[in-house]
Amino acid sequence: MGRSGGEYFGDAGVKILTGNDLVTGDVIWWAGDGWSRQVNDSVDVGDKGDDLVRTEEAALRVVGAYVIDATTDDEGVRPAHIKDRIRALGPTVRPDLTLKPNDADAGNWVI
Amino acid sequence: MYRYDSYDQSIVDARVEEFRDQVQRRLTGALTEDQFKPLRLMNGLYLQLHAYMLRVAIPYGTLSGKQMRKLGEIANKYDKGYGHFTTRQNLQYNWIKLADAPDILAELATVEMHAIQTSGNCIRNISSDQYAGVSADEVADPRPWAELLRQWSTFHPEFTYLPRKFKIAVIASDDDRSAMRLHDIGLKLVSKDGVIGAEVYAGGGMGRTPMVAPQIRDFVAEDEIISYLEACLRVYNRYGRRDNKYKARIKILVHEIGVDEYRRQVEEEFAHMKQLGLNPPTEELDRIRPFFANPAYETGLSEEIDRADPAFALWVDRQVVAHKQPGYAIVNISLKPLSGIPGDASADQIVLVADLAEQYSLDELRVTHAQNLVLPHVKKADLYAIWQKLDEAGLAEANLNLITDIIACPGLDYCALANARSIPLAQKIAQRFADTERQAELGELKLKISGCINACGHHHAGHIGILGVDRKGVENFQLLLGGSGAEDASLGQITGPGFSEDGVVDAIEKVTDIYLAQREGGERFLDTYRRIGMKPFKEAIYG
Repeated sequence: MGRSGGEYFGDAGVKILTGNDLVTGDVIWWAGDGWSRQVNDSVDVGDKGDDLVRTEEAALRVVGAYVIDATTDDEGVRPAHIKDRIRALGPTVRPDLTLKPNDADAGNWVI
Repeated sequence: MYRYDSYDQSIVDARVEEFRDQVQRRLTGALTEDQFKPLRLMNGLYLQLHAYMLRVAIPYGTLSGKQMRKLGEIANKYDKGYGHFTTRQNLQYNWIKLADAPDILAELATVEMHAIQTSGNCIRNISSDQYAGVSADEVADPRPWAELLRQWSTFHPEFTYLPRKFKIAVIASDDDRSAMRLHDIGLKLVSKDGVIGAEVYAGGGMGRTPMVAPQIRDFVAEDEIISYLEACLRVYNRYGRRDNKYKARIKILVHEIGVDEYRRQVEEEFAHMKQLGLNPPTEELDRIRPFFANPAYETGLSEEIDRADPAFALWVDRQVVAHKQPGYAIVNISLKPLSGIPGDASADQIVLVADLAEQYSLDELRVTHAQNLVLPHVKKADLYAIWQKLDEAGLAEANLNLITDIIACPGLDYCALANARSIPLAQKIAQRFADTERQAELGELKLKISGCINACGHHHAGHIGILGVDRKGVENFQLLLGGSGAEDASLGQITGPGFSEDGVVDAIEKVTDIYLAQREGGERFLDTYRRIGMKPFKEAIYG
C-alpha cells in the first residue's frame, strides 16, 4: 500500500495509479497511455500497478508513484482516501488553485 | 543585521552550483530518486502532497527589506504568488518545479539567503525572539549568539547525520516568545555577577512524545557556549537511538537515561572539549556583535499617538508593543485575517512589508514562530501611515495573542504527512469568534492546531490545542487544554474523545464559556484552567 489507506475501500472499486510529475511536481494520474492531471482520466490498472510504477519511474515520467483504491460512478473517479481526494482536487482552502477554480464549494468533494 | 563575509557567500554559492548539478543528474536519470532524495532534502526541497515544496531558512527570523522583497519576487516568478511563514520562522513555497529549484537558490544567494539545513537530521535554522534587540527586558541581544550558532552549525561535519533533526532556540528575556523549552536545546542568556552567559535546557520538543526541556546547566560563560553545545550534541550523537525514528530525538535520550546522567556525560565531554581548545575565538563574536548594534535611532521624538480613528486605536492597542528606545514602537503584523490562511502572505503583501521595513523600520523585519511578522523599529509618529497601508493590503487585523491569532500547520491541504486539515478548522474557529469585543473579552488565548502528531502547529503548547487524526479515513480532532510555550511552559492535556470539525468548534465555545463563567480577577484562560483543572471543562464538553 502506498500513501493512501486502501483498507477503507470496499470490493466494488478499481485500482488507479498516481504520483508526481518528476519535473513539475504536479499530481498526475495514469490514464492508460500516459499521465493526466485529471483524476477522472484514471484507468483501472488491476494488478499491473507495481509494474507500471517501475517502468514509469525508470522512464523519468513520474516520481513517488503508488497504487490506490478508488470508485467510479457517473461523476467520475473518486479515490478511496481523503488524502488522495485532496491530491486530486488541490488544496481545499484555495478554490482558485483547484481543478474546479470556479466552484467555491469544491472542497466539499473531498469529504 | 549580519552581512555575509566572503566565506559565507562562497559556501552558499558553491552549494547552489553543487545542487544545480545534482538536479541536472536527476533530470537525466543519472541519479535515482532514492539517491537524489537526501540531496534535495539537504537543500530544503521536499516532495509534498501537490508538488515540490521549498523551505527557505530565515536565520533567527530576521530579514532586511531587500531579502523580504526577494521572497516576494520568487513567489511571483516561480510559485503561485504566495508563500507560507512557518512555526520555525521560515518560509515555504508550495508549488516549486524541480528544474527551477537551483535558479531559486541562486536568487536567494544574491540576498544572502539559502535553504540549507531546513530539512534532514542536522541542526536546523536557529530560532530566536522576534523582539530581540528591541525589547527592554533582555539582558543582551540574543542574535549575535544565534548568528555564531548558525555559523558553527552550518555544514558541521560531525553533526550532518545526527540520529534525528535538531532544533535550537536562543532567547535573552524572562518572557519566552520562542517556545525555548520546547526545543532540542534552548539557551537563555542571563547575567551572573555582571558576566553574560547562558542557562542551558536540553531534551524538549513536541511531536508524538512532547516534553518540556529540563535545565541541564544554570550557567555557561559566553565564550564556552559553543563547546558546551558541542558536548551536548556529541553525547546525543553517540547515544541517541538510530534504530527507531520515533525514539531518536534527544528528548528520548534525556528521558531514558535521566537528566542527571545526561548532564554527567555532557560535563565529562565538556571537560574533554575544553582541553582541546575548540571554543571559537572571542574575536569572532566580537566581529559579529557590531552587526547587531543599535541602529541609528533618532532622539527627541514625540511619544504621542493620534488615536482619533477608532479602528486605528484598536489596532494600536492590540498590535503595537513597547520599544526600548523612546519615540519608537514595535509593530506586529497579523497574518491571521479572519477568512485567511494562518501564515500565508501573497507576493504583493510580502513586497509591501519589505517596502514598509525599508521606509519605516530601519530596513529590518522579523518573522515570529506564531506565523506573524514584526516591524521592530517604528517611529510612533509613523504608526498611522503604516496602519493605513497595512489596512489597504488586508494586513491590519488586530488579534495578536487572541483566540483568532491561531497557529496552524499546513495540514492535509498541503502536507503529505498530515492526517487532517488544519486550515479550514482555523477558519471556522476564527469565524465563530470573529466579534472583536468577544475576542477582547476572552483576552490572551493561544489556540494552536496540528494536522498530525508531528505537531508542527504546536498543539501541545496551545492554551487550547487541537490535534487532527485519521479515524478510519475520516478527519477527527482531539482537543487539548492547558499547554503553554512561554516562560510558564507546560503540555496540554487531552480532554477526551475527539470531535468532527464542527464538533470541535462547538466544544471550544463551551470551553470558553466555562472560562468566562469561572475566571477570577484578571486571569487569563490558562490561569483559570490551572486553578480549576480539567474537570469543569470536560463536564461542559461531554455532559
